[in-house]
Amino acid sequence: MDSELIRNLASIVALSAPLVMASIGETITERAGVVNLSLDGTILLSAMTGFVAAYTSNNVWVGVLAGVAVGAVVALIVAASSIELHQDQVAVGFVLTLLCDELSAFLGQDYTRLPGPSVPYWPIPFLSDIPIIGQIFFTHNVLVYFSLFLIVFVWWWMYRTRPGLALRGIGERPAAAFVRGANVNRLRYLYTLIGGGLVGMAGATYSLSVKLGWSEGHVRGNGWIALAIVIFGGWHPFRVAFGAYLFAALRALSSFMQQLGASVVLVNATPWILMILTLLLVGSGATERLIAISPPGARRFLRGVLRATPPESLGVEFRRE
Amino acid sequence: MKVELRDIRKYFGPVRANDGISVTFEEGTIYGLLGENGAGKSTLMKVLSGYLIPDGGQILLDGERVHFSVPAEATARGIGMLHQTPMDFPPFSVLDNFIYGQPGGLLPDRKAAREQFLKLCRRFNFDLSPDAFIDGLTIGERQQMEIVRLLSLGVRVLILDEPTTGISAEQKEILFRTLRELAHNEGLTIIFVSHKLEDVEELCDEVVVLRRGKLVGREKMPVLADKLVEMMFGQVLERTPRPPVELGTPVLQVENLSASTFRLTLEPVTLDVREGEVIGLAGLEGSGQALFMRACCGLIRPRGGKVILDGRDMTGKGYHEFMAAGVAYAPAGRLEEGLIAGLTLTEHFVLAAPSHDFLVDWEGARKVAQSRIERFNIVGRPESPVETLSGGNQQRVLMALMPERLRLLLLEHPTRGLDVESARWIWKQLLERRSEGTAVIFMSSDLDEIVEYSDRILVFYAGRAIEVPEPASATVEQLGHLIGGKGI
Repeated sequence: MDSELIRNLASIVALSAPLVMASIGETITERAGVVNLSLDGTILLSAMTGFVAAYTSNNVWVGVLAGVAVGAVVALIVAASSIELHQDQVAVGFVLTLLCDELSAFLGQDYTRLPGPSVPYWPIPFLSDIPIIGQIFFTHNVLVYFSLFLIVFVWWWMYRTRPGLALRGIGERPAAAFVRGANVNRLRYLYTLIGGGLVGMAGATYSLSVKLGWSEGHVRGNGWIALAIVIFGGWHPFRVAFGAYLFAALRALSSFMQQLGASVVLVNATPWILMILTLLLVGSGATERLIAISPPGARRFLRGVLRATPPESLGVEFRRE
Repeated sequence: MKVELRDIRKYFGPVRANDGISVTFEEGTIYGLLGENGAGKSTLMKVLSGYLIPDGGQILLDGERVHFSVPAEATARGIGMLHQTPMDFPPFSVLDNFIYGQPGGLLPDRKAAREQFLKLCRRFNFDLSPDAFIDGLTIGERQQMEIVRLLSLGVRVLILDEPTTGISAEQKEILFRTLRELAHNEGLTIIFVSHKLEDVEELCDEVVVLRRGKLVGREKMPVLADKLVEMMFGQVLERTPRPPVELGTPVLQVENLSASTFRLTLEPVTLDVREGEVIGLAGLEGSGQALFMRACCGLIRPRGGKVILDGRDMTGKGYHEFMAAGVAYAPAGRLEEGLIAGLTLTEHFVLAAPSHDFLVDWEGARKVAQSRIERFNIVGRPESPVETLSGGNQQRVLMALMPERLRLLLLEHPTRGLDVESARWIWKQLLERRSEGTAVIFMSSDLDEIVEYSDRILVFYAGRAIEVPEPASATVEQLGHLIGGKGI
């Protein structure tokens, strides 16, 4: 295999790590029935906080933890304002996006464009020696490995474990989950916090691994991309991760195409056009029809791969009569 | 298991859904819990199954006092309930749904669960695949799935809330056979909540009747249907005389009108309505009355047949064209469909006004609103948001928003949730319109209202409509029979 291609694939895996964390985190949150729209602001604020914490303590792990904490606190505000104050999740999330964005610029103004610590490179012994696979997946830093682990772990949790079943149920039909003993609102708090923590980790991963350092708005826009990827991936961890990697690959491709002289605007717009086409396809019901007319043997597989209906109670608060 | 309910009380605001109900259910018996819509049956059963916490009263199981704060506690004590809409997860597989809520560790034993599921299915001859997805199943199959699930949890009391709504005759047969076996061979206590007389007569050993939140009777079956109807609906009120109205020319002619939703198919209906005539539509909720009314005025597109208004063929036309031709529709969901929550009374009158100037004369609009408020006795101010008004006043606003001259007025539950005084006032208005030559079609679940105000009565049952032969002498009992599907 072409060594340049391998290097490119490896860099896609590394560059996608924060996008994977954020979109998987939001997948967990939305599966529980809560929509945390604050991603774009949360990522900026936790990128800034993560960098500043790592810079002042001179320890990247303190920075990562600080990022996680910021994400969890923002998520807590979303969850509490919905569950306790009965506010609209979309409105609260949107305001938080703006607030966190401005806050990151204000609080981070003394720390812009400083050289700071970064997460150390750590190829996994033995595994990194595997040809091709090892070079693509196992020659990174711990945060990148965590993003890979996260994909598999969250899938396993959601589709193999009993608590994962409960998670999917509370976003689907909270009343039915309640009848079977689930404490719907407590679980929603828990998963919103975990999801928010992962979004915060994504922010710290940007400033400590992918796009080192801090300057105002330097990773702005990625939160919205992560939100779109959750929809693109149909709230399924594997497909969401696929969406994140596809997005990074298209970006890499676009810079390559630019070198060949293709229209910059057109190339930059490609990922978005693809996303809109996917959403149209899903929204039109064409995939549902395809599943319905497919032979029974293939139906189960197609349903797993193509079905993309949002959790039925997404954004709807649960109140027992 | 013996279940004893003592003085159960449950209030929703001013509504006394359960007003001190005491009743005992013995094991090995199938009970029919009867009552009209809103009698408090579902509330009582939700209290027993832990879904609702009562405001007062006690629950005793085999003589031991229990208190449920969540439904899972009731299930753990052996009480399981099948809700009217099955409490399951449509995108899940049948097996996942079966496992959900079962006790166990982190990783469910899918193989054992599958075997347990299939074993229970075989025992009751349920043809269910654990790998099927619930969103592809019928309501009847989802019910079977839920029965199997509850039995696997060791339930000894099984509550079924209106289980025969929306299932096929064959599924009903399987369900009844299963319930008989569970009660008579295995000693379960079965409580069958229904307002369908024929189902209760066919299945139940004893019947318990509720009316307006109170227990009104308890009998061993068989009981004469007449007696059940009388218990369910109470005493028949004396008819108040209505001013006679000269019937004019036909306003609405409906020929073989049919319509369908994914739930229900309305079989062809033919009906002529003349000026000054009041037609009452009776039937259980969702039997086709609303579908018929909406098809009559272009709110839904009929599947077949003709709608002729004042001699003009209006079939397939939209509601706006019906409105222009003098038709008005008052839906049951006052705040959801009839009015706009968040807008004030003044804003409503501006929206409903026939003139549409670009700029609104708010001072003038306020005066218009004030005069309508006085004329229609609305308790509220021009600047009150409409959702802050009581149900009765909201209904008055709906009436006040209607144009002065109407050919045809269609109403869903015109007096639902209103106190007696408001209800009388609404009917005074409607009868005035009638004497001006407006034809009125209304549906109601209050049979007294139907009998009292209708010149002719149509009864709907499972999408079929029949006209009551002698409406002038129709009684509530007679209608109760027809509504329950007897004689249709």
